Order: sequence, then structure tokens, then C-alpha cells
Amino acid sequence: MKELADRLFLMIFNIEPANSPYLALWYALIIFLASFILLNFAALFAGITSFVERRIAARIQSRIGPNLVGPQGIIQWLADGIKLFLKEDLVPKDADKILFRFAPYFVFTGLFGAFVALPFGYGIIAADLNIGIYYILAFTSLVVLGIIMGGWSSNSKWALFGALRSAAQIISYEIPTGLSLMIVIMLAGSLSTQSIIMAQGGWPWEWFVFHSPFTLVGFFIFFTSSLAEGNRVPFDLPEAESELVSGYNTEYSGLRFLIFPMAEWANMWVVGALVTLTYLGGWQVPGVSLEAIQSSLLLILIGIAIFCIKSLAVVFIIIQLRWTLPRVRVDQMAFVCWTYFVPISLLSLIGTMIWMLIFPWETIIGTVIRIVMFGIGAGVTIWYLLRIRYNYITDKPRFERFKEAPQWYPPWKMP
Amino acid sequence: MTHIVYDAVFYILAFFVVGSAGIVALSRNIMRSAFALVVTFLGVAGLFALLSADFLAATQLLVYVGGILVLILFAVMLSSRIKEIKISNLSVGVFSGGSIITLLILLLTYISIKTPWKELDTVNFAPTTSAIGNNLLTKYLLPFEVLSVLLLVGLIGAVVVARKEKDEP
Repeated sequence: MKELADRLFLMIFNIEPANSPYLALWYALIIFLASFILLNFAALFAGITSFVERRIAARIQSRIGPNLVGPQGIIQWLADGIKLFLKEDLVPKDADKILFRFAPYFVFTGLFGAFVALPFGYGIIAADLNIGIYYILAFTSLVVLGIIMGGWSSNSKWALFGALRSAAQIISYEIPTGLSLMIVIMLAGSLSTQSIIMAQGGWPWEWFVFHSPFTLVGFFIFFTSSLAEGNRVPFDLPEAESELVSGYNTEYSGLRFLIFPMAEWANMWVVGALVTLTYLGGWQVPGVSLEAIQSSLLLILIGIAIFCIKSLAVVFIIIQLRWTLPRVRVDQMAFVCWTYFVPISLLSLIGTMIWMLIFPWETIIGTVIRIVMFGIGAGVTIWYLLRIRYNYITDKPRFERFKEAPQWYPPWKMP
Repeated sequence: MTHIVYDAVFYILAFFVVGSAGIVALSRNIMRSAFALVVTFLGVAGLFALLSADFLAATQLLVYVGGILVLILFAVMLSSRIKEIKISNLSVGVFSGGSIITLLILLLTYISIKTPWKELDTVNFAPTTSAIGNNLLTKYLLPFEVLSVLLLVGLIGAVVVARKEKDEP
């Protein structure tokens, strides 16, 4: 980021940056610009994802979904946002007014602070922190504080229950998340997000997922426990609609309410990007060396596209999981974490350590094992897709008989 | 220019740390005390970052804000009647407490005057993570291992204490 700022300074003002007295001001301006872009990215992503998620949910549940505002309803999220802007900002009479007003700020700061260390492509990162991934893990823990604050200060039993559940859940799942991230940190030998990506390669068998059976297990544990940390289904106990009205945000209204779901949707990008950069190879372009990416603008752009596609694929999986899986019970949530996830992630951490010693990354046998692992992974994915096709074909006549409508529309002809 | 910015950031952080620590000590509502502690921890993490201790700053956030404070809040929320000051924020022993604080202040002032502080012209912002790791596993290996055994004992102890007694058959 600093190099980029220096280069821009030289390009625009034609003065050597080190000689200029206004360098600090220039840096401040660049920092301001970067945060502005990131905030807008996060907000737009959250908005558009809310619309996309509602459409997908509608299709999964054989409904239509929002389709009236704009072509195919694509500006529905703007209408919702404007509506919430105009609503009255209510504070319950018996609430702790200061804490009630402060809670959304904590959620907002905790989540959007994580975007600072998230990469988008080679060199396209707000701050390539030396402790990048550790910083993201630490900073997002502010979100749970905001949730507890909002839940307690609302003076409502539903909100308090939601906050309590959230505290228990996030504290528990922080441990498997951290342990499964340790695997990646160990393999890359660095905490910086960019170095973790650079330690991987473009082809799937150069990703950390397929390094060994242990990292494959670590990948699934990381993905699942990030879902739990982001309060997504099947771990959305803190805001279980059927039990707690809306959980910790029950008493909020207007713009303050908007912050909570927006942070949840923006968190989906954080989860997607984290999974991509740690296990799925990040912005690496297949068949191109790192030096080539560094020198070519086109390859950097391709890298950004690859990163976004991978992250969005993860986001879509999260959305589909939400509308297919039932919610787990509170005791099941704690049970799964402490009796399965923690020991398994510890085992896979130790297993990866031993694996790294026996089958080093660069040797022939290590490469062969990685390719075999990739073959297994690809096989499972293909089997999964075939299974979906089978379900679709067997259900088609029944669906069309009962609903009297075609089962599949092309996306541009959706009702 | 950078010196002014640095000093300004330091004083802003120090203001937040001291102010919120005051709220922690003086607030009549234990929940507000707990939440003011968040700001104190955040400010201390900021001070660490200002001293180029990046790893320590993130650890401060992760352990204190994400772990310990959430546990404190969890325990406070589970206890009933937290709004009654006489139960939650009772101040006992004004005389003994006051004398301890006076002694502590005297000791700290003495130390701060007597210590030969090293003054640096500029702070060199360099990554510290690998240095910490290397030192922990070479120079300070024994304390590190002893600490981890201590934590393990604490963990097992907690499980033993929390375990449900088997019901009578």
C-alpha cells in the first residue's frame, strides 16, 4: 500500500515522495480513499447479497421472491435500505439508552475492520499487515461484544437470550477456527494474508486444501466454524426466528437495526474471502508464476477475477446451506464443537505437522499425493453435482404437475 | 510532522484508556463497567500498536476483548439483580484500600523517577511475530512449557469441577 501511494505521488505531482513535506497528508488522503472504497464495497456487497439470497431462497422454497422493483427486482435492496433510513429510531423506555445506542457501532467496527487486511489481488489490499490473519481473527471478536451489548441493553428477554447464546457460541467456535487456521499458518510460515496466498499455487493441487487428508478435514472445520461465528444457519441460534422473535436485535428499528443484518451479509464476504485465501489458493492464476503476475497488469486483473469467483462460490454455498439445513439445538451446538470439532482440529494440526516432515511440499511423492487428493476432491464434487441432477430430473414431472409451471426458468426470464 | 501525528495519536489513546478506566472504577452499574473495560483494552491495544508491538496488540484484542471480557459479561448477565449497587458494586474498606493505593502511587512514582529511561528518536515499525516465536522456542523455552502445563492443569481442573456427578442408579 505504501509503495502504491509513493508511486502515485511520483506520478501525479512529479516530485520524489521522500523530499515532499506533505507526504503525511498524502498518506492520510490515500488511507481515507482506501477506507471509503472498502466501506462502499462492503455495503454494496451486503445489499446485493440480501437481494440475491432472497431470490435463491424463493426458488428453493418454490416461491417467486422480490421481483417488482426494477428489472427482476434487482434494486429491491435499495428500496429496503431507503425504507429503513426513513423509519423512526426507537429506543425502548426501559433500555439502557447509552449502551443501546452504542451497540451497532461495535458490530459495524468489528466487521468492517476485517476488510482492511482482506486481499483482492496481487498488491490490491488496504494494508498487507504482517499479522494479517491474526488481526482479522482478533478484530472480528468486537462483533460479539456489540451483540451482547445490544442484547443486554434492550431489556427484553428475547434479546438477552439471543445475546447469551451468541456469546456462548462464538467463544466456543473461536477455538476450532483458530486451530484450523493454524494449519494454514504453519504450511505458509506466515501470518500475512498475501504471503499465505503466495505460498500456494494456481492449480487446484497446489492449494492447501489438497495438501493432505488432514488439511482437507481442517478446511471443512474452518468453513463450518466460520459459519457458526457469523451466526449463519445451521448455527443461527442467536437470532432463531421461531424461538426468539429476532434474537439480539429484536428491539432495534430503523438505521440501527439495518446495521445488524448488513454486518451479517458483509460477513459472508469475509468468510468467503478467508476460506479462499487460506485454503483455496487466493488470487493465484493457474499455470502462471508469481513473477509473471507481479509484472503484468492484465494478470493482476485476472487474479482479482479468480479471487472474486472463488469467494462468491463460497458465498453461494453458504446461502444454499441456509435454505436447506435445519437449525441445530443449543446443546447440539455446544456438543458438536467441544466433542468433535476441537479434538478433530487438534488432531489434524498435529497430523499436518507430521505430514510436512514425511512428505515435503516440493518432493515427487508430495506432489503425487496432492494430485491424488485433488482427484478425490474433484470426484466428490462431481458426484455431488450428479446427485443434484438426479434429484432434479426425478422431481421434474411431479413438480410441474402440482405447480403447473415449468421447474426451471432461464435467469433472465424468471417471473 | 510525523512527531506531531504520533504524539496526537498517543494522547488520544491515553485519554481513552484513562477515561474508560475511570468509568470502570466509578460506574454504579456493573454492566457499564464491563463495557467501559472494552474501551480500556482497545486503547491499550492501540498503545501496543503505537510501540510497534503488532503481535501483542492483536493478542490483547483476541484474548482480552474476545475471550476474557466476553466471559465476564457472560457471568454478569447470568447473575440476577445486577442493577442493585449494594450487591454488585459495593465498596468495602475505604481506609485500607486508600492506604494501599497511596503506597502504590508512591512506589510507582519512585520507580518512574529512578528508572533510567531509554529515549528513542524514532519508532522503528518492524514485524515482531517471528522474533517472538523464535525467542519463545529457544531462549525462553522452559517458562513457555511450564506456562502451557499450567494452562493445561487449569483446563483439566475446570472440566473436573464442571463435570456432572453421576446420578444414582
